[in-house]
Amino acid sequence: MDAEVAGIDRPITIAITAMGGQGGGVLADWIVAMAEAGGWVAQTTSVPGVAQRTGATIYYLELIRPQQRNSRPVLSLMPVPGDVDVVISAELMEAGRAIQRGLVSPDKTTLIASSHRSLAVTEKANPGDGRADSAAVLATAEATARRFVHADMQAMAEKTGSVISAALFGALAGSGALPFERADFEATIKSAGVGVDGSLRAFGAGFATVQTPPPPEPVVPLVPAEVIGGNPRERAELARALARLADFPPAAHDMLRAGLRRMVDYQDVAYAHEYLDRVALLAALDHAPDHTLTIEAARQIAVALSYDDVIRVADLKTRGSRFERVRTEIQAREDQVVDTTEFMHPRVQEICATMPAGLGRFVENSALLRGLLERIFARGRRVRTTALSGFLPLYLFAGLKPWRRRLLRHSREMAHVQAWLDLTAATAPRDDRLAVEILKCRRLVKGYSDTHARGASKFDRVIGAVALLDGRADAADWIRRLRDAALADEDGMLLDGALRTIATL
Amino acid sequence: MAERSFAREVQDLKLGAGEEFRGEGILAVTKALLQSGVGYVAGYQGAPISHLMDVLADAQGILGDLGVHFESSASEAAAASTLAASVMYPIRGAVTWKSTAGTNVACDALSNLASGGVTGGAVIIIGEDYGEGSSIMQERTHAFAMKSQMWLLDPRPNLETIVSLTEQAFELSEVSHTPVMLEVRIRACHVHGSFIAKDNKKPEFTLAEALENPRRDTGRIVLPPASFLHEQEKIRQRLPAALKFIRERGLNETMPGDIPEIGIIMQGGMYNGVMRALKLLGLADVWGATRVPLHVLNVTYPLVDEDLVAFCATKKAVLVVEEGQPEFIEQALNTILRRADVQARIHGKGALPMAGEYTATVLIDGIRGFIAAAMPALLDEMTPPPDARPLLASETVQALAPVVPPRPPSFCTGCPERPIFSAMTLVQKELGPHHIAADIGCHLFSINPPFNLGTTTMGYGLGASSAAAFQVKAKKRSISVMGDGGFWHNGLLNGVGNAVFNKHDGVVVLVDNHYSAATGGQDILSSRADNATRSTQHPIEDAVKGVGAKWVRRIDRTYDVAKMRDTLHEALTTEEAGPKIIIASSECMLNRQRREKPLFNAAVKRGERMVKPRFGVDEDICTGDHACIRLSGCPSLSVKDSGDPLKEDPVAAIDNSCVGCGNCGEVSEAAVLCPSFYRADIVHNPSLWDRFVSGIRTAVIGWLQRRRDANRLALA
Repeated sequence: MDAEVAGIDRPITIAITAMGGQGGGVLADWIVAMAEAGGWVAQTTSVPGVAQRTGATIYYLELIRPQQRNSRPVLSLMPVPGDVDVVISAELMEAGRAIQRGLVSPDKTTLIASSHRSLAVTEKANPGDGRADSAAVLATAEATARRFVHADMQAMAEKTGSVISAALFGALAGSGALPFERADFEATIKSAGVGVDGSLRAFGAGFATVQTPPPPEPVVPLVPAEVIGGNPRERAELARALARLADFPPAAHDMLRAGLRRMVDYQDVAYAHEYLDRVALLAALDHAPDHTLTIEAARQIAVALSYDDVIRVADLKTRGSRFERVRTEIQAREDQVVDTTEFMHPRVQEICATMPAGLGRFVENSALLRGLLERIFARGRRVRTTALSGFLPLYLFAGLKPWRRRLLRHSREMAHVQAWLDLTAATAPRDDRLAVEILKCRRLVKGYSDTHARGASKFDRVIGAVALLDGRADAADWIRRLRDAALADEDGMLLDGALRTIATL
Repeated sequence: MAERSFAREVQDLKLGAGEEFRGEGILAVTKALLQSGVGYVAGYQGAPISHLMDVLADAQGILGDLGVHFESSASEAAAASTLAASVMYPIRGAVTWKSTAGTNVACDALSNLASGGVTGGAVIIIGEDYGEGSSIMQERTHAFAMKSQMWLLDPRPNLETIVSLTEQAFELSEVSHTPVMLEVRIRACHVHGSFIAKDNKKPEFTLAEALENPRRDTGRIVLPPASFLHEQEKIRQRLPAALKFIRERGLNETMPGDIPEIGIIMQGGMYNGVMRALKLLGLADVWGATRVPLHVLNVTYPLVDEDLVAFCATKKAVLVVEEGQPEFIEQALNTILRRADVQARIHGKGALPMAGEYTATVLIDGIRGFIAAAMPALLDEMTPPPDARPLLASETVQALAPVVPPRPPSFCTGCPERPIFSAMTLVQKELGPHHIAADIGCHLFSINPPFNLGTTTMGYGLGASSAAAFQVKAKKRSISVMGDGGFWHNGLLNGVGNAVFNKHDGVVVLVDNHYSAATGGQDILSSRADNATRSTQHPIEDAVKGVGAKWVRRIDRTYDVAKMRDTLHEALTTEEAGPKIIIASSECMLNRQRREKPLFNAAVKRGERMVKPRFGVDEDICTGDHACIRLSGCPSLSVKDSGDPLKEDPVAAIDNSCVGCGNCGEVSEAAVLCPSFYRADIVHNPSLWDRFVSGIRTAVIGWLQRRRDANRLALA
């Protein structure tokens, strides 16, 4: 039976895997229409059910050329694992799922996949980075498909103002996996009669990407940091800060530059020097050849010093560059007017934190004043930053920057940072790996309001475990595990479990 | 207005004799009904038979010309009761629903119908929702046929056979005075194929004639003594008449083969799968020739003893391919052969698994195992079938197991039900976890991440009644959820009426998205759209008040998360007695977009001033904690690399599929999450005034921004 000819002795078998709403059905219908127009018998079927609501779906097709008039083939309504000629996946993880279902085999299958990612909800909802490893799917696809064709068909579709099914149809044509000519494919799109021009453009892009794969992206050469804005004194001070990088190992320079950039953007050049001072204290304790402690200090101290406060948010929201970015993101055209409304909900805590330290504490401790403020700030605010009435208050808030160091929030943040860095410095001489892990715990503190409070509490619990673990050879591993556990779920259930385990050590 | 337009498919229903119909299986069934001279069609939508209902709803013109009455029934029970028109009058009627969920609902009427018997052909099109793609419990319709003595057809899954069996089902029903069920599996409902059409037929006897010339016969009414006679009649007259028809018409098919020692008996629906397995084993070809003799049961109930005995008489062994459990056919076959003293060994469950869908791999393994046991000599003549399992067990593919994320169905972008569950999550953060009784409908996606809400689902419209036992004094109240589809199907009486009557204290959330959305967006009583052929716009609020509910709150914009949260909070804490009914009402976004998008685009094209809202996230303000996603799960709200080496975790981002529903902003505000979200209103074709105001604002704001930028020290 080895001499079987696909399309004559056995049907050509095609599976399309997609997400509900991606137009897998349209693609299947095109293939059927093309085959039928060529005198073939074509069958397609699917099991949409509730999966059409954003779930994983599969369409299955068989095509065969009848040998005599009226002969009727018996076609299968479901794919046989190991017996599929062409698999088309409209998303990378769906290609992975097709492989897991056994639809892709090394002796037979042409796998055509869009390499773009549409993240599943479990990937997105992770408090840290829960994104699946695309490289693993690409590698497995290379290893398991007879031929693997992939490109970002979604981007192609968007660029051509069309839909991904058209780009995939083009890639299918370009792959030569079906015994039909490019003209047959294009005729099918034309006779379908819906969005023909856009579909043909996307088809062409899909076709071309298979025939001539795009060259690899050029590596952008690094440009040296350039000082702009400010007065001459500030510029000189910043240049001096840049010069201070020479005191640090070259491996840390990129991260330090990113830190300096953030510090001057966040506060001022003096703040940048304070930042370098703090990093230098830890760098002095770093004797490891890879300078991990220094690099991590450069990153995490920058994050800690640029805590997210009302001034920062107001500053970022009112910048001209931000206004431009919004227009780009929403793809507004030059002739269109854009109105932007911010969704904000400052609470009493944030208001008090933005007061001078003494006053802030006084208000916090006064039930009367607190109650009054609570009533004022009970509801969320919608601020129209494109109108002066919304823009000006935020603009003025952003102008409080020079006074930031005197505010209640700053004194609290600095106390917290100091305790954390003291612990790191005390740990580093004994256990440099543990010190690095302590630094990395800063990643737990993020978000605003409740989220920030929850993160800070997780940070405190993980850091609190350092005392329990000190002296153990695997202390660093435990802190890393605790941090991963803290990032795995919002309520910190895994973290609590892990902490209980540590208590029994 | 349903989610999908069937305007083109409606044209296919008009095809005349000799023309080729190309299309979906369930639409072929619809065409077959019209070719059979059906007088009325009713049913309840649901995958996989929704398209039958939808295409007929769009085909009122053709139905009117033919004199066919079409009903979108309130439930399967109503649909089944419709068949009463065929009891006394020679009118052909067909009803349809998804099974076994719908058959369960229809059972009362079906049992009565089957007891009294029918005069006109009564056919039930069953969408057998079993195996991959199914959304319901895994059961067989077969049991219903057996218990009520109705006949069950299970045609080979190609359009010609399905159409031919549909037509003959009416005849079978008429000669045996018995309702006939025609079962079509999910894949067969959605299979694209072709058949040669016939002309549509007008019903020979019309419903109007029946109304004007009523007939009655107490012998057909289910009340003693007639009910006892019905049972005898089923066995003594109707069954023999059916068996005779099935044999004479050759509804079951025997395919000969050159290996007479063995054979395979199968449900018609299994034929294509069995043939593919045989082909891959080298025992058949793709054009229908087989070496192993086959007996295909296009009628799976009743079984024709003589045919089965004849097929098995000279064989050593026979394999029964019967999907689902228990193995009714195999058990019956054993009895039949035992009674006839036929010695052929029956293989069935054992060679094949007792439970679960018969996939290609299952069938290949089962048939190969059967041959190895029954006729090992044949193995040498067979070819090794494709087998993906070694590859799947390899390290390369196993490495994907922890990588590829599950992708369960969820709320669409902009779905108005999402904010209801965001609000419920927020209320639970405050008041602690509650017992939440779920229902059937899109809202059941709440059980999946990110919401993870809901404990049980007892059936369509049974959300409120499934919390009935919890109406006791306790520190917390039960919450039950029900959609508008379920509400009108069952929930008004069994849910709300029951709760009022029994003085329940729990909270009932009625999710009113203006359609039966999960089944494809069909109109229901409370739909807001004007529907030329149906009476709509009957508010749920009036209905619940009509059955005596007192604490009723209606929220007309579910996206107002804070209001939704506060209303839930009030319902859970109020002193007031009786059920607390919250009607959460916003239009299904899928349907809304389908309606509004073309209008919007046309208006923009005409040059009218149109405003389109879109949401976005400020990437430099987002800290990458993803709390917003855990309260939303919107497909258009995702994460991306920040491009900032100081931010290790990806930041939230909204893509261009955003429909501007506002949920993310409202959630962020209500839950006091973060100030990253913004709404951008894009004004298409701005007016002169727009331009004037915007010009002034841009000038002043721009000046302030440039002033600050000039002073800002930066490291580029």
